[in-house]
Amino acid sequence: MEETANRDAAVQQLTDVMWKFTAYIGKRLPTDVTAKLADLRSKETHPLAAAVYQSMKENQEAADRLDRPSCQDTGVIQYFINAGARFPLLGELEDILRNATLEATRQGPLRHNAVETFDEKNTGTNTGSKIPWLDWEIDPKGDSATIDVYMAGGGCTLPGAAKVLMPGEGYEGVAEFVFDVITSRGVNACPPMLVGVGVSTSAETAARLSKKAILRPVDSRHPNANAARMEELLEEGLNEVGLGPQGLTGNASVMGVNIESSARHPSTIGVAVSTGCWAHRRGRIRINADLSYEILSHEGVAL
Amino acid sequence: MSTQKKILTTPIKDEDLAELNVGDVVYLTGQLVTCRDVAHRRLIELGRDLPVNLEGGAIFHAGPIVRQKDDGSYEMVSIGPTTSMRMEKFEREFIARTGVKLVVGKGGMGAETAAGCLENKAVHAIFPGGCAVLAATQVEEIEDAQWKDLGMPETLWVNRVREFGPLIISIDTKGRNLIDENKARFNEKKKPILERINREVRFIK
Repeated sequence: MEETANRDAAVQQLTDVMWKFTAYIGKRLPTDVTAKLADLRSKETHPLAAAVYQSMKENQEAADRLDRPSCQDTGVIQYFINAGARFPLLGELEDILRNATLEATRQGPLRHNAVETFDEKNTGTNTGSKIPWLDWEIDPKGDSATIDVYMAGGGCTLPGAAKVLMPGEGYEGVAEFVFDVITSRGVNACPPMLVGVGVSTSAETAARLSKKAILRPVDSRHPNANAARMEELLEEGLNEVGLGPQGLTGNASVMGVNIESSARHPSTIGVAVSTGCWAHRRGRIRINADLSYEILSHEGVAL
Repeated sequence: MSTQKKILTTPIKDEDLAELNVGDVVYLTGQLVTCRDVAHRRLIELGRDLPVNLEGGAIFHAGPIVRQKDDGSYEMVSIGPTTSMRMEKFEREFIARTGVKLVVGKGGMGAETAAGCLENKAVHAIFPGGCAVLAATQVEEIEDAQWKDLGMPETLWVNRVREFGPLIISIDTKGRNLIDENKARFNEKKKPILERINREVRFIK
């Protein structure tokens, strides 16, 4: 009996942390993104682009001051979970995150974005079938859980694309695919974007990795030297195109390019691109076995 | 820039827009109605009348976060622009049928909308994407809400705004299309850059 009560209290405690964290990341950008935007803003020389960067800065300050979501499109909530097999609330986590989404929607507030597919009805709660979307990785030995919350708007989700190349197309085909996606559809995704590229074996493995790539810190590099070089080349090359904020022309196009990869079939190169807009609302939190927590993405947070 | 702020006021007249060119920055005072995917479809494809008069008016491709207060009135929380290109299929006819003069959104629109702007002396302008709280602070009041059955993002929210902007003219009344011009330039620049990158990424030997 006492054990059940303790468990219920623990579930409530973690639900509170997760709804507050979910609502919070809609209001303040992660520390690495804020720093990158300040850097790009300081280097911008085109007057129109500089004016847009100024609006972006004023917006973040207003969101902070008024405690409101900085972009109206608070997305369909996605959680990327890396949980230890011995994390005490592993079995409860799905319900906890669903309830966290409900509560963040009420109290955030978050825009009502979940539309039930085929019924074409907005659920009004940001929950629906398989939403919030949960992506699971289990660490067989761990007892903590690290959770990324991601809030992607429609604009930065629309350019998403994946395809499978023939090996003869090589990494040159990968570079061309990335450029095509960004120069043809990136303007609408609120540049400067964070570009995530998955290089893998099939459409869905590449797609999942491309999303994981934009959850990494903006300036991080792939551990493989060739991949890291490709990240640099794509980043420099895309910036040379000079989309500028909102595609109005400027000194930069992207905040960065991150590649994630897996081994692949010798006959295929799966490639996918996911983009994160300048208002890249993601947050990473680590929950320990005793439910104490540490926020890894944002400095100076009080939930 | 603020010393010579160019302000449009609804109802907007043809002559208010005649001198505007792509790249100019303006602000809007008056009425601004949110209007996006489903409202466009209802007017054009389903032949339903819009419940708001847009003659000389302004629409905003946007789906806001709105909070309903205890007295039943609405408070604008966050209202940034959404991707205008989604409405490309409908906008030319939409402009002709409604008499709307200013279409605000983000990203560019295509040749059809540019033709519609030229024919009907209307403009498309970009509000910086993601700047939704900045925009909300320029909404003085939500005066009305129509087609609430569509849910929060798609409802036609009728806003009274004051010096709403910056609005960057992306299609002018002469039919120039800033983002289309930019995209053509971006695609031209792409080729030599890719050739250079591709010499370095021949990892498969």
